[in-house]
This record gives sequence, C-alpha cells and structure tokens, in this order.
Amino acid sequence: MDKQKVAYSGTVILAVSVIAAFLVALVLLAIGASPLETYKTILTGPLSDLFGVTEVLVRSVPLMLVGLGIAISFRSGIINIGAEGQIQMGVIASTAVALAFPGLPKLYLLPMALLAGALAGALWGGIAGWLRARLQVNEILSTVMLNYIAAQIYTYLLRGPMLDPTELETGSGTPQSMRLPVAAFLDQIVPGTRLHTGLILALVAAVLVWVLLWKTTLGFRMRAAGAGAKAARYAGISVEKYLVVAMLFAGGFAGLAGAVEVTGVHHRAIEGISSGYGFAGIVVALFGMLHPGGIVPSSVFFGILLIGADMTQRSASVPANMVLVLQGVIILSIVSGQSFLRNPYAQERLLRWLRNLVPTALRSKKGVQP
Amino acid sequence: MTGMLAPISELKLEGITKRFPGVLACDGISLQVRIGEVLALVGENGAGKTTLMNIIMGLYRPDSGTISVNGEAVHFHSPGDAYARGIGMVHQHFMLVPNMTVAENLALGVKELHRFLRLDLKGAARMIREVSERYELPVNPDAYIWQLSVGEQQRVELVKTLCLGAKLLILDEPTSALTPQETDDLIERLQRMSSELAIIFISHKLNEVKALSDRVSILRHGAVVFNGQTVNHEPNELAALMTGHDVTLPRNEGSGLQGQPLVAVKDLCVRGDRGNLVLDGLSLELRTGEILGVAGVSGNGQRELADALAGLRPVESGEIRFEGKDLANRSPREIIDAGMGYVPEDRQTEGIVPSFSIKDNLILKDFASRKFSSMSFLKPGEIDRNAEQLRERFDVRCPSTSTATGSLSGGNIQKVILAREIARGPKALVAVYPTRGIDMGAQEFIHSQLLDRRREGIGILLISEELEEVMNLSDRIAVIYKGKILKVLPAVEATRERLGILMAGLADTDPPLVPTGPSIPADGATHG
Repeated sequence: MDKQKVAYSGTVILAVSVIAAFLVALVLLAIGASPLETYKTILTGPLSDLFGVTEVLVRSVPLMLVGLGIAISFRSGIINIGAEGQIQMGVIASTAVALAFPGLPKLYLLPMALLAGALAGALWGGIAGWLRARLQVNEILSTVMLNYIAAQIYTYLLRGPMLDPTELETGSGTPQSMRLPVAAFLDQIVPGTRLHTGLILALVAAVLVWVLLWKTTLGFRMRAAGAGAKAARYAGISVEKYLVVAMLFAGGFAGLAGAVEVTGVHHRAIEGISSGYGFAGIVVALFGMLHPGGIVPSSVFFGILLIGADMTQRSASVPANMVLVLQGVIILSIVSGQSFLRNPYAQERLLRWLRNLVPTALRSKKGVQP
Repeated sequence: MTGMLAPISELKLEGITKRFPGVLACDGISLQVRIGEVLALVGENGAGKTTLMNIIMGLYRPDSGTISVNGEAVHFHSPGDAYARGIGMVHQHFMLVPNMTVAENLALGVKELHRFLRLDLKGAARMIREVSERYELPVNPDAYIWQLSVGEQQRVELVKTLCLGAKLLILDEPTSALTPQETDDLIERLQRMSSELAIIFISHKLNEVKALSDRVSILRHGAVVFNGQTVNHEPNELAALMTGHDVTLPRNEGSGLQGQPLVAVKDLCVRGDRGNLVLDGLSLELRTGEILGVAGVSGNGQRELADALAGLRPVESGEIRFEGKDLANRSPREIIDAGMGYVPEDRQTEGIVPSFSIKDNLILKDFASRKFSSMSFLKPGEIDRNAEQLRERFDVRCPSTSTATGSLSGGNIQKVILAREIARGPKALVAVYPTRGIDMGAQEFIHSQLLDRRREGIGILLISEELEEVMNLSDRIAVIYKGKILKVLPAVEATRERLGILMAGLADTDPPLVPTGPSIPADGATHG
C-alpha cells in the first residue's frame, strides 16, 4: 500500500517536472532560444567536469540547509518565507564573531562563527514565530517584512560600521567586510576548487533533521502541531510554543546557511551573498516533499539548475534569470500537482484517463468482455 | 434543464462493481427506484453506500455494470451529467459558501443564471421561491448561509438540488448533524415531497428509515444482502441484517455502586466564542462508577462545558474540583495528567491528527511518557506493540496500524480515540456525542466499552443529544438548558416525554402531577 503511494507520488512529481519543463520550453521559444539546446546545457553542462560538479555542490549546500529548515517549519504548520533575511543575519553574526576574535585557534573560532550565524538566524526567525504565537500575526507577512528589515540592516552595516577600512583608504568603497581570519575558514574538500566541508555539515544536518522530526518526542510534538493543531491542543501539546520552536529551527538553519557561505565560500560578508537561496530553498523543500531524504537530492538538482543557467548565459545566450522562470513554474506545477496527490477523485480521474490511453487491443488481452 | 430528454421516471442499477486497491467497494449491486418512492439504503460505514452514490453521480466510473434511466443506459462523467438527467445529491457535509447568500449559492451552480460578468440573482431568488413554495421548504433567498441553523442549511441544500432540476434526490445521511426536532421536521417534509420525487435515503438510523421509506435495501461489504418493503420489517431485524448478527444495544442494568464524588463542578461560568456567557452558574457532580448523562438540545452549553473540563476554554468563575483539586483554568496537560480522559465532539479534527498513522494517534497523549520514549527519543518497538494490542482489544478495522487515521471510517476513528483514552487508565472520562454518525456495530461496541469502564469504577460524563443513548447508558441524567443544569434525575425515572419537556426548558412537573396552588403572580403584581 505504502509502496504504491510512493510510486504514485513519484510519478506525479515526474509528470509535474515534465510539464514544468514543457512550459518553460514555450518561454524559451518565445525569446528565440532552442529549448532542447538550453536544457541540454543546463542539465549536462554542469556535470561534464570536476569543476562543474564541485560548483554544483557548493550551491547545493546553502539550498540544503535552508530547505531543511523550511521543512521543519512547514511540517510544524508555520510557513517561513523569511529565510532570505535569516541568511543575512547569519552572515552578519558569523562575520562579526570571526572578526572580533582574530587570535583564536580554529578549533574554537570556526564553531563559534557557525554557531553565531545559526543563533542570529534563529532569533530573526523566532521573532516571526513569537508574533504568530502571541499576537496571531500572519507569519507569511511578518517573515516577508522581516526580510526587508534584514536587508536594510545588512546594507547599512556593510556600508558603515562593518565596512572594510582598506576600502576607505583605497577609495574604491566596495561595500564588504574585512576578510575573515583563516582560522574561521571551512576547509576545502577538493583542493583547488571551492567545495568545502560545509557539504558534510549539511548532510549531517539532513540526518539530524530526519531524526529530530521522526524519532524524537520534540519532532512528534511539532509534526502533531502542524498536521492537526486542534487535536494536538486536545492532547495537551501547547501548539503555540512549538510554532516558536519550529521558527527557531527554521531560522537557525537559514542562519547557518549564511554562516557556511561566508566561512566556506566568500570569506567575507559581501553584498548579495544570499543570492536568492532563501527563496530557492522553499522550492527545494517542496520539491523534496518536505523530507530530508528528498531535500538532499532536490538541493543538488537545483544546484545543477543554477550552474547550468550560468552556462547557458555564456553558451546559448539565454539569460541566467531564466532559471527563476523555471523555479516559478516548478512551484506552480507542484502546487497544482498536490491536488492529484491528495484528492482521491482527482486520482481516480487521472488513473481512468491513463487507462484510456492504453490501446484497446492491449486491454482485450486481459479478458475484458466486449 | 433536461432539454429534450424525457423526465426521469426510473433509475436502475445492474451489477455495479467497483474495485479500489485492496477493497471491493461495490460487488455486483443492483437497485431500482421510481418516482413517488423512497428507497432507504442502509449499511454500516464502509459498506459501500457512498461509493455507490458517487458512481451514480458520475464521480467514479464502475468497473462493470450498467446504470439506466427510463430503461436507457447512461454513462455519467460528472455530477453535471447526472443533474442533466434529473439526478441530484445532497452530501452529508454541506456544499455551501458560508459568506454568500442563499441566492448567490444557487446562482453559482446554475449556468442559466450566469450573465456577462455577473450573476442573475433576481432570477435565482425567483427559482428559490418557486421551489420552496412548491415543496413547502421555506427558505429566505437573501439570508447569508452563516446566519442559518444547520437544519435551515439542510433545507437550502434541498432547495438548491431541486432548483438544479433534480427529480431523483440522493440524501447522504441527511440527519447526521440535525437536532432531534430538526430531524422530525425534515422527515415530515420529505414525506410530503416524496409523492412527486424519487428519493434514495442513506442512513443508519433505522427509526428514520422506518418512518420515511417505502422500500429498504441493505448493503454489507459492498453487496446487497436484503431488499424488502419497509412496513414488513422491524428496526432490530434490519439492524441484524445490516451488521450480520443480532444487535442489542447494551443497557445500563443499574445496580451502580454509588461511589465517591469524583468531579464536582460548582457555579461554572464560561464564555462562548462570541463572548457571551454560555455557561451561567452550572453545577453538577460526577461520582466514581457511574455514567452521568447530560441531555439537552445542542447549543445549550454542552460544547463549552466539555471544553472547560478539558482545559481548552478559560473559566470565568466557579470551580472544577477533581478529587478535591481545583482544575479550573489549568492547562490541558495538567488536566490529562490528573486522570481525565476525553472523547471530543469532532473526532476528525479534535480527536485525531488525520494524517498521522493509527499507532501515532494512539500515543498522542502519551508519547512523552516513559513507556513510549526514553531520553526524548521515541521507542518504535513499544509504539508498534501498543498499537497492535489496542487494535485487537478495540477491534479497530484497518489495513495496518501505519495507515493514516483520517482514512478510516467514523466508527473506527472513534474506536482509536476510545482505545487511546481508555488505555491510559483515566479516573474520569468525558465523552461528547461519542456515537454521532456511527454505525450500529461500532455503536454497540462503544456503548459496551463505556459500561465496562463504569463497572471498573470510572466516572463517565456522557454528553449526547440522542435520548436513546442517554437513557440506555446513564445512571443519572442531568438536563442542560441555557447553560444551567435544570434538573438531575435518576435514569429509571426518565422518560422520553419528561426529558423532552425539560430539554425545552419547561419546569419539570414532578410526578405525581400536583397543581401548584394559585397561579404564579406576574412581575410587580405582588400582593398589595
């Protein structure tokens, strides 16, 4: 029974992806590009050499971390659109900690920097959770608004208090922080590439999130609050509390993603560091069925899309922003696909339709009376 | 609306079979119904009634078998096709938009009323008035749905279906959400309407079947096991056919060891959702080893009383003493830990988390206990064992204990809830409408469970609007009216009539009937 369900969901997701690809192909045709060529570049280009593969994984790390956090919050019944702002808060905190203690050995400084990022993100997410639990403020609105606030704080800090003094001396004035001390760097996994140990961190986090959600009493509480708030309340679970906890986790993972980006890739806080990971992470989480086992591959898939889109820009002169179109279409397709996953009538109709596709000749062999 | 097609005079199903993965939902069902006739379709939950009706309405397509209207085979692909041949259905859960008026709700579904960029609401109102006059179903087209009582909404559904041109009505458990008065009213109206319509009446309340239908067909495990004229068969005979064995709902045989006071509610005041005082100084006492029935027309404070007892609604004033300890305004957790069990009114959303598996719902209150977790990690082995045990003990019928609980029938969901609450070994149990909308077999099981627990010394507060249920199970019956307990009487002294009078809020004339002296003086007319 369960296997059948998984197979069914898998088929629907695959179908949804094909439909999304088809819709995007129409857009590509409209801008005069060849859809086949573009897809070929996007899907195979990034994986054609070691460098491409490592770059894909570099992108998938923050996507994975953000997606895991999103999964926790969605499963707990609170919709976190604020990962973008939470990432930025994470970047600031982890940069500040790393710069504040330049003399500390790596053993202390790196964990401190990562932890600071996670805590700052958790705090930023927790605000939205608290507002929802206490004052019934819609979390979609509050997280989006908190994104704006975080962006302004980030810009202010990079252009003011945290601006690299050498930028002022040379007069170039690029808004960025000082370079972090080497003791705060995540190690490279493959020398000569940007792939860093953040990948291992993210994979471990995926396992931990799975354990948290499905193996612990805390996860049980959060999922119960998300899947049936009323019943959870009747069973003595204080739903409001776990909304806040869920947002702390979600923000924490986004903040950690920010910290990993700064300590693993850029080594200093720069403008546009989150580069849309906060929003793409939502797609990653939904595409991964809000389950760590799905989020890991889905984050790699979206990593391929991001790198592939860069490549098409160069080779096929298709703007890299097309990947945003693709993401948008995928979200729409998934949300539409949900009705086939949840609604038994829709399932029945779909199956009936599929059965009619099978040629009559094939069916008569199964002994259907004329 | 039927266009050139002749109006429906007969619907015939022959050999309808429908298979779902692992289930044979309909197994060669043949039925027939004509205009002027009421066919009752009865069967336990999961017997295939709803699937069959969905096949008639074109929502499912049968694997084999034919449907014919006036002797001519038809293939419906959607409810629209069914309506085009004069077949309409009123679903158990109303399909109305609450913040629209009656006329707007109708206009949504009628293509003829769709004008360019707007709906012809005057036309809709006219249609509604015509139909409601013709069938004596008073409905105000301008009323908003949310303003209407459940009984009135039911009437709107009927009128809507008739406006869409239905001459054959399928009513899926139409009385499940109605009060006893509304039910009587509906049955009476349907009786009057039945002369010019065909009605398929789905129910498992056999007294209603008896009152309304001409013929009755009984479904069991997807097959028709009985066809007959209603007048020739008694309800208990039908019940036996429906469940496959003799059904005698268990009764409280009295001899209750009148135990110690367990829960004492004193002068309880609680506000309702709209901020008004719904419980206004309610007092009652529940003792160990008794079932105290709370009878009353719904909306007289039952929900608020139950919520306050569970800690889900703030208590304005008054006390809830549980073994001497005041539990008013304590958290649900504290109340659960004190030993209070609870079978909530809405089992789908309050009793279970529908998407959770059966085994998870069975530990919904105890997952953090030492039995099911250690160091805040769940113990899957224990959880499985617990589920298998309770599944057997409470006869929960399910493919496996990993099945999503929401996909079970109402009776089985209720068994899951009862299993969880009873297995916890509570001292007191509050059961709110525990058998509402549940088939006879499950009802019998739940009733005997409650009686067994009573014998073990648990005090049970049974809130119900089914007088039969209250009278069968209770040791004492408290009648609730406008947020107060009007009277508590021993079950042996309770009769339908006496309870009915009390539930209507009229002062009880204690038998023997003694005329109360000179008439009560009016206000201000004190002697002087």
